[in-house]
Amino acid sequence: MSDVAADTRDIGGPAQPLLIARDLAKHFHVRGAGRSARVRAVDGVSFTLFKGETLGIVGESGCGKSTLARLLLHLLERDAGELIFDGEPVGAPRGITVAALRRHVQMVFQDSYSSLNPRMPVQDSVAFGPFVHGRNKPDARRVARDMLVKVGLNPDLFGPRYPHELSGGQKQRVNIARALAIEPRMVILDEAVSALDKSVEAQVLNLLRALKQQFNLTYLFISHDLNVVRYVSDRVLVMYLGCVVELGPSEDIFIRPLHPYTRALLGSRPSMDPANRIEEPPITGDPPSPIDPPGGCRFHTRCPFAEAVCEQRSPALGAWLERESHVAACHMLDRGSGHSRAAQ
Amino acid sequence: MSQTATLPIAFDDDAPPALRVRGYWSTVGYRLRHDPVTLCFGAIVLLIVLIAIFAPLLAPFDPYKESVILRLKPFGYRGHPLGTDELGRDLLSRLIYGGRSSLLMGLIPVCIATALGGTLGVIGGFAGRRVNAVIMRTMDVFYAFPSVLLAVAISGAMGGGMANGMAALALVFIPAMCRVAETATAQVRSLDFIEAARATGAGTFTIVRYHVLGNVLGPVFIYASSLVSVSILLASGLSFLGLGVKPPTPDWGLMLSTLRQSIYIVPLSCALPGAAIFVTSICFNLVSDGIRAAMDVRL
Repeated sequence: MSDVAADTRDIGGPAQPLLIARDLAKHFHVRGAGRSARVRAVDGVSFTLFKGETLGIVGESGCGKSTLARLLLHLLERDAGELIFDGEPVGAPRGITVAALRRHVQMVFQDSYSSLNPRMPVQDSVAFGPFVHGRNKPDARRVARDMLVKVGLNPDLFGPRYPHELSGGQKQRVNIARALAIEPRMVILDEAVSALDKSVEAQVLNLLRALKQQFNLTYLFISHDLNVVRYVSDRVLVMYLGCVVELGPSEDIFIRPLHPYTRALLGSRPSMDPANRIEEPPITGDPPSPIDPPGGCRFHTRCPFAEAVCEQRSPALGAWLERESHVAACHMLDRGSGHSRAAQ
Repeated sequence: MSQTATLPIAFDDDAPPALRVRGYWSTVGYRLRHDPVTLCFGAIVLLIVLIAIFAPLLAPFDPYKESVILRLKPFGYRGHPLGTDELGRDLLSRLIYGGRSSLLMGLIPVCIATALGGTLGVIGGFAGRRVNAVIMRTMDVFYAFPSVLLAVAISGAMGGGMANGMAALALVFIPAMCRVAETATAQVRSLDFIEAARATGAGTFTIVRYHVLGNVLGPVFIYASSLVSVSILLASGLSFLGLGVKPPTPDWGLMLSTLRQSIYIVPLSCALPGAAIFVTSICFNLVSDGIRAAMDVRL
């Protein structure tokens, strides 16, 4: 199980990315605001998730992170784009079905309380997945108890309890057990540790890391907490208003961010040194409404370097530096764009 | 399992829990046993039901036997412990027999309404959008009528009799029941654990069966129990209008309305059927409240 090659579910081979998303889009109709009013929550997001890695997704509130997560699990129907799981298109005639996808991809939600049925003992919540996938009840219960052990909860003490009898960290561990109970290959962690105390958060992050090794998992880690993302992620994807603005190896993103939005995000982190206060927020105001996103580069309304070209054309995501793996969408990086800083 | 020992994380919550952990039904049983109010009123409900069942054994007289000379006699008159009614029938026997039709008229329409209205409400609440709109707007049509008027109109159209009266009452209760179930379902539907269950790959039916019903049953149950007394009272109203139980069948509601005319002659006798209805409905309410509290895992 711990050996990648021994995993019989790995049909695409180690080089085949686990998940490829191409131009995913989700537009929500806004009620009572005319026929054309749409929230472009996710608007053309593409990325690749390699086997065994942790991809962090960061961005402000409302940038489409959670919508993206739900699109990947087909909890929301995508309006456009393509999903390829381990080489097989999802929902296509020759690909795998959504039901099969859900066997392989699971999700942990932010709100640890509302993601557990308040009237079900937690061991039954964990056992529900295996039960749905065809195990009989005692068998599913046994799997659930094993899973509770793996997340560090004594099944005799905690199994028969109800969610309101557990602490936030314990509940989130139950949620992790629930997600892992059907042995997925990929887990989407949608702000999974954001609501926890810092000390509990660290425990759960370490648990996630241990489980990742033990079960040979791939994580999609969504968070607004940049320090946590840096700690857990191999690569980081930065989203702004439903689009990818930068994607690259974690250390590259944090040490040498390319996009002005990423720089602003990193600059807005509070420093550990009290003498080193943030005098002025590097980014001000709210993101523009996704109902009517600005034309050209979506960030031009808040970008300190915006020029005419930024309003006219939207920049393409490209690898501008020597490293192919680090891509960003900004005119300042493209020498041919006509931006005055592009020549630098 | 062997790998768990090597987990590099130590959680410090393996200490014995403050609460003893028991199974669900043993918790419910434990709570009920330690709830004297529910136990006491449950005993009364049981008593009322048993009296209704064993009416032929308990009633001292034939409830249908009329007597011109024994009309409206006071308590204790010639072996009639509670006196007689306006047709000279023994009041105690009629009260004992009356429990039969009153309990049936109270329980059966509510059960039908809970089954049908509750199902429609869960379907509407979980499906949402158009299905919900069709179901709930249809219910709103029924809501537009005052409940008594609606019951009268339906049973009037279908003709009198106990079965038609029950059907009419059930129809009256369905919209309200549906509304309660729909609201509870819609509240649960938007929670993350439903989405988590969908992400697990569960079908709609499985999700409703295991995740929705348990959360909807509480509010539906408590509302249904409050309807039992309403149903008894509405049934008596129907009987009064000649649309529900037909005389001379003994029925608390019917007795209440016929004895009403004699209120100045035998005021205490007049109050007896009303007292029976009152006690029954209070007991049903208190018992169902106690059961709901005992079954609520969050308490």
